Amino acid sequence: MNAENLIALLIAAPLLGAAVLLVGGRRLDGVGHWIGTLLSTTSFVFGVILFADLLGKNPEHRTLMQHLYTWVPVAGFQADVTFRLDQLSMTFVLLITGVGSLIHLYSVGYMEHDERRRRFFGYLNLFLAAMLLLVLADNYLLLYVGWEGVGLASYLLIGFWQHKPSAATAAKKAFIVNRVGDMGLSIAIMLMFATFGTFAFGPVFAHATGASEGKLTAIGLMLLLAACGKSAQVPLQSWLGDAMEGPTPVSALIHAATMVTAGVYLIVRSGAIFNAAPDAQLVVTVVGAVTLLFGAIVGCAKDDIKKALAGSTMSQIGYMILAAGLGPIGYVFAIMHLVTHGFFKAGLFLGAGSVMHGMNDEVDMRKYGGLRTYMPVTFITFGLGYLAIIGFPGLSGFFSKDKIIEAAFAKGGTEGWILGTCALVGAAITAFYMTRVMLMTFFGEKRWQPDEHGHEPHPHESPKVMTIPMIVLAVGSVFAGGFFSIGDRFLHWLEPITGHSEGNSPLSAAAVTGATMVCLIIGVGIAYLQYGRRPVPAVAPRGSLLTRAARRDLLQDDFNHVVLVRGGEHLTRSLVYVDHTLVDGVVNGTAAGFGGLSGRLRKLQNGYARSYAVSMFGGAALLVAATLLMRAV
Amino acid sequence: MSPQLAAYTTSTGEAFQFWVLGTVAVLGALSTVFMKKAVHSALSLAGTMIVLAVFYLANGAYFLGIVQIVVYTGAIMMLFLFVVMLVGVTAADSLKETIKGQRWLALLCGVGFGVLLLAGIANASLKDFDGTGQANANGNVQGLAALIFTKYVFAFEITGALLITAAVGAMVLTHRERTERPKTQREQSEQRVREGKHVPPLPAPGVYARHNAVDIAGLLPDGTPSELTVSKTLRDRGQIRDVSAEALGDLRALEQRAEERLERTPIDPVDFKRSEEASK
Amino acid sequence: MNPVYYLYLAALLFTIGATGVLIRRNAIVVFMCIELMLNACNLAFVVFSRMHGNLDGQIIAFFTMVVAAAEVVVGLAIIVSLFRTRHSASVDDASLMKL
Repeated sequence: MNAENLIALLIAAPLLGAAVLLVGGRRLDGVGHWIGTLLSTTSFVFGVILFADLLGKNPEHRTLMQHLYTWVPVAGFQADVTFRLDQLSMTFVLLITGVGSLIHLYSVGYMEHDERRRRFFGYLNLFLAAMLLLVLADNYLLLYVGWEGVGLASYLLIGFWQHKPSAATAAKKAFIVNRVGDMGLSIAIMLMFATFGTFAFGPVFAHATGASEGKLTAIGLMLLLAACGKSAQVPLQSWLGDAMEGPTPVSALIHAATMVTAGVYLIVRSGAIFNAAPDAQLVVTVVGAVTLLFGAIVGCAKDDIKKALAGSTMSQIGYMILAAGLGPIGYVFAIMHLVTHGFFKAGLFLGAGSVMHGMNDEVDMRKYGGLRTYMPVTFITFGLGYLAIIGFPGLSGFFSKDKIIEAAFAKGGTEGWILGTCALVGAAITAFYMTRVMLMTFFGEKRWQPDEHGHEPHPHESPKVMTIPMIVLAVGSVFAGGFFSIGDRFLHWLEPITGHSEGNSPLSAAAVTGATMVCLIIGVGIAYLQYGRRPVPAVAPRGSLLTRAARRDLLQDDFNHVVLVRGGEHLTRSLVYVDHTLVDGVVNGTAAGFGGLSGRLRKLQNGYARSYAVSMFGGAALLVAATLLMRAV
Repeated sequence: MSPQLAAYTTSTGEAFQFWVLGTVAVLGALSTVFMKKAVHSALSLAGTMIVLAVFYLANGAYFLGIVQIVVYTGAIMMLFLFVVMLVGVTAADSLKETIKGQRWLALLCGVGFGVLLLAGIANASLKDFDGTGQANANGNVQGLAALIFTKYVFAFEITGALLITAAVGAMVLTHRERTERPKTQREQSEQRVREGKHVPPLPAPGVYARHNAVDIAGLLPDGTPSELTVSKTLRDRGQIRDVSAEALGDLRALEQRAEERLERTPIDPVDFKRSEEASK
Repeated sequence: MNPVYYLYLAALLFTIGATGVLIRRNAIVVFMCIELMLNACNLAFVVFSRMHGNLDGQIIAFFTMVVAAAEVVVGLAIIVSLFRTRHSASVDDASLMKL
């Protein structure tokens, strides 16, 4: 069997799982979660087989194509269902199916007491299928299907506990904000078709250098809009915090490790377009830099452990977008950070889920404290993830984030300095808020109290089915970065697809690393002084203006409300006014005019056949007159 | 009529015939429009059609000329006459216009249309007439037959279908299906007795010794006409002639003459009027 | 005399017929006026046949006659049934379309 034919099976396995679980009904309630996990793992096994196959080939021949069928066979507009498996999509496939399978396993324990667990696994499998379709598609239209598919799965899973109004609202919010981004993607596809006459990857990228820069910039900006929506980048970032209403495994899989990184994938995949449109690239880097600071600041102020992690996710994806915007200097590191982030952020979320599991679903970190003795495995895995994300030397985040900061400086010129400084400041803030989370959760004295029903939480370690995925992810968090970086393995793996250039950094690699270390120590130190040395108040202090703004997500919802909602209301009101006065006036006036006219003309319709005959005869006379006139002329 | 006559220069004879018969045709057409009684209109139209038949013959259309007489004048116009009889032969239409402005509009349109048509014909250069001599060389009927059964065969078949359809349609329109058995005389009389109305036969029409026509209603003892005496068809057509006023007037004249003869003073007009009212 | 005078006669008859249709209220007379118009057309066709020296015009006139016959049959049937239901042959009485 050819390796190409396996590609479709990658998608087919989770899709089958989703179909079986969602259609199967109650009789599958007992085994549904194992079916879902099994099919997800099957997909992972296929992925590994294909990976081994790719490794066995020359780097130039590591692109496998599988043409399934022609989807839209219209002349001049041909869309195929064709899958492309190259180094880039292979990386994603392994990340999605690998982390996905681990989270499936974790969910078996986490969702144990939920009576709708089968449906949950169905949705998870649906998500996997859509995400795999997204990364395996060989043209933008098919990618769009996957793009919408993950949006749907995200909607379903955020609103999984739909009995909570907050969850239902969050799901709708995520869906609607994503819609704005999806609009961008669809416009980008249309522009592509108008410019190149096709939207298949190969021809588009081949012709990208020949097209006018203005068109490419427009396409690039629309793709960026799409990426902003899906990856929660400024200005479409407001949904991610609320998306934490979903079950924690969902937050780990979709809103940390995989789906939110789809925007990075889109930009890296469309690298050929961005390379030819420097203006669009600049906007990408600006969006990335702004978001990485934005998310980090938000993360500092949140007391909800999941929302703090969500801010962190936003910030880390900001790093990736920044790197992706740097062009060939940064593509590889964007993807590398994406993969390592997938490990440690998924691990952190699973750890947070484990903590919540032991604490009666309490999410307020001010009511945690001193949990390290109660749940040692969670503490160790979470701690390793923590060290990885702040960039502790030797762990994953150190390698990947360091490279991005280096690349930002390597952009050169004033831009390089500004972007590099932003990235450095971001690193310091990251260290601060992650230390804060760590200290508030696992150190200090216990601060939990009985809830309103008098149940005092009894913190306990989670079952094995949950801790094993956490351990695996922690191992990944520790070693992935080093494994990728030593000997530039990851660089050589991805280089044929994304290309690479060193850039000209004004600072040496060692200097950048040193600066990063200084930032790291400053961040950790401030956090220790604030949260380690003195007790954490159980009720949040009022805080400075910035803190209060950051607690409100840096006023992003207020901004949206004032500008978009109010503005929309005013616009609609004025439109309604115009409709009532002008449009209705014209329409009603016309109607009244015709009514009056027909009231008069009605008298001609007297019902007598002879009267009608007169008009016919008069018309005939006019016809004869017209004929004669035309002949005379 | 020789083929030369149908050639493009007309003989003096034909010109004479045209002016005389053309006048007749126009007069016939006008009286078709303006005669009060439908039967007169029908007869005028028949006259116009016969004139047209002569013109067909004069123009070399021998077959059509005969067909015009046989089919149009003979069959179609007779059909018209039948219907006129059915609807009421003596009924005269009122020529008073009921729709406001209809007559003036109609005349305006008619004159305008006619003037335009005549102007159009006058404007066209219609000087060269080939004549039908060549076409009728093997006989007019043979020539027509050759065309009908070759070039126009489909149109011919379709008109045949049209005729059959029309015949069936006319039958469907006028035929009334009887849904129940007609009543016998015995049943009719039983019904009359049961209803207690008009048990004896209906009164006969006519006024004794003066009128005996069927359309004259018999008078009741007080001199008013009774509609029961006239047949239902005439009642429906509104063709009852009322002679009651005439009879009363005759009566008064008779009394006056008798008084003159007897040299009596006339009856006091007031008393006469009262007695007249009393008699009603 | 030029045979074109026949055409003038046909036009005159047609106009008289058309005016009659507009003026008369008795459905039967209206019908007769229509027949008059058809006959005027037939005369024109026959004269055209003579003008062009072929028989096609006569054929058309013949077909017109056939169609007129069919029309008369159906039309008179309509008039008869109209008369049966309304006891009147006036076209103005059949004015249910009036407001």
